[in-house]
Amino acid sequence: MSRSRKILIFGGTVLAVLGMLYGLHYAVFVEHQTLDRMSGSLAGAFAHAAERGGDDSKDALTAYRETKYDYVRQVDLHSHWIGLAMLLIVLGVVFDEVAFAERARFAVALAMLAGSIVFPLGVILQTVHMAPLGSVLAIAGSALVIAALGATAVGFMREGAS
Amino acid sequence: MLIFGGMALVAAGMLFGDIFAVFVLHQNGGQTGQALLAAARAVAAQDPSAVNIAFAHLGNLLEDRGTKVDAHVHMIDAGYLALLLALMQPYVALAAPSKKLLAKLFLTGGLLLPLGIFLIHYVGLDYAPLPVVGWASVLADSAGALLIVVLLVEGWGFWNYVRGRRARPVEPELPKDRTWERRTLLSGGTVLILMGFVFGAWYAGANLHEHENREIVILNDLLDQPAGAGGLADSVNAYGGLQAEKAVQIAAHSHIIEFGLLAILLSFVQPYVFLTERWKRIWVKVLLAGSVILPVFVLLELKLGLLAGGIADVGGLMVLVALVGMLVGVVRHTGSLDAAARGAR
Repeated sequence: MSRSRKILIFGGTVLAVLGMLYGLHYAVFVEHQTLDRMSGSLAGAFAHAAERGGDDSKDALTAYRETKYDYVRQVDLHSHWIGLAMLLIVLGVVFDEVAFAERARFAVALAMLAGSIVFPLGVILQTVHMAPLGSVLAIAGSALVIAALGATAVGFMREGAS
Repeated sequence: MLIFGGMALVAAGMLFGDIFAVFVLHQNGGQTGQALLAAARAVAAQDPSAVNIAFAHLGNLLEDRGTKVDAHVHMIDAGYLALLLALMQPYVALAAPSKKLLAKLFLTGGLLLPLGIFLIHYVGLDYAPLPVVGWASVLADSAGALLIVVLLVEGWGFWNYVRGRRARPVEPELPKDRTWERRTLLSGGTVLILMGFVFGAWYAGANLHEHENREIVILNDLLDQPAGAGGLADSVNAYGGLQAEKAVQIAAHSHIIEFGLLAILLSFVQPYVFLTERWKRIWVKVLLAGSVILPVFVLLELKLGLLAGGIADVGGLMVLVALVGMLVGVVRHTGSLDAAARGAR
């Protein structure tokens, strides 16, 4: 088995397990509480508004916004990590059919793995008051994955695949 | 077992998704809008208890929708993982009975996880073991844990293989054919995924924050309405429009990538599809056509309305029919193997 295939299959499996463990931890210990807080703060915003408690209503709406911002990104982290892991494993199975030299294939595989780790990591950093760094990492990670996938598509279409 | 079980899980998940889209999704969206309008009217009428009733109803509707979407997604993803594991089996250095047991456990977990998620809405917190975690959640979480354990053991088997260990009997590697079906599914699937990634990057850059900000602006508008104001319905409509905008863009992004992955996975199992070349090509074309039609027409739903929604559903059905067609080919292949084994005896 070539190095590029090993890195994709093994990296993808590790990433899938990490993504699932994270999802399981989030579902058991965080998600229900977060959903309760999110729905509670939105309902609270409306209830305070009905009582003409303008400031309390605004505070509750702010809490709703912050909780939802976190929730969306936590779920994104879980789903993107597992999704990208599956893509890595799938491509790992067939990567020898990418019609480039093994050295180039290894570089593409490495870029794809790095992007698949960095992109969701950037998304989660946005929830821990590191939004600028998180955005930079998310953009860089997704750009790496897109470029590597583009190269893979070209490799599949080229003549002379082994 | 993993190939058949994986394709069956994907097909069942897609059928569930199509039924959900046709019979539940739009009706649920309409009811959600009505519940939000009731909450906004209660605010205008200064009636906090009516607000709470409206939000309890709203939460119920969102849970109903969310658990069905999750059941659909998790069943399909479990199917994909089963197909992936099937492809990895030649590189997993474990004894054959262990592999068989792992396959059974994985398919059991893949079935129970979406079932548990689906039941969350109906079982609720009746006799719940924890204040916010019901028995259906326990079932779903346990099935998820089972999948993780199986994946860990498979990963360990792969690690053994990488270190040079082999378990007898060694399964043959996948046949490396360069047939039209395989090349078309492989390159078509990769292009679909690439399109989905580019669209997702555009969505995250151009729309994600704008949607989050717009939601708060609309909610502020709803809360600031004076009693008896006539703009409540407009604000609720704006909120519904925003939710629909988000939903179609996320659905287009996720479906085109999922279909791309499915196409690549199905390219591997083509040697096991025991059909004539003509029928194999027909199913490949139907699958790829449906994979483009569904996300494109989901996106057009906001402009063309229910017509686009109907065409998108047909696209989903095309993918499902092609998948079942290939599944029949896999069943015929296993049948031919059984017949050959019986003939040899």
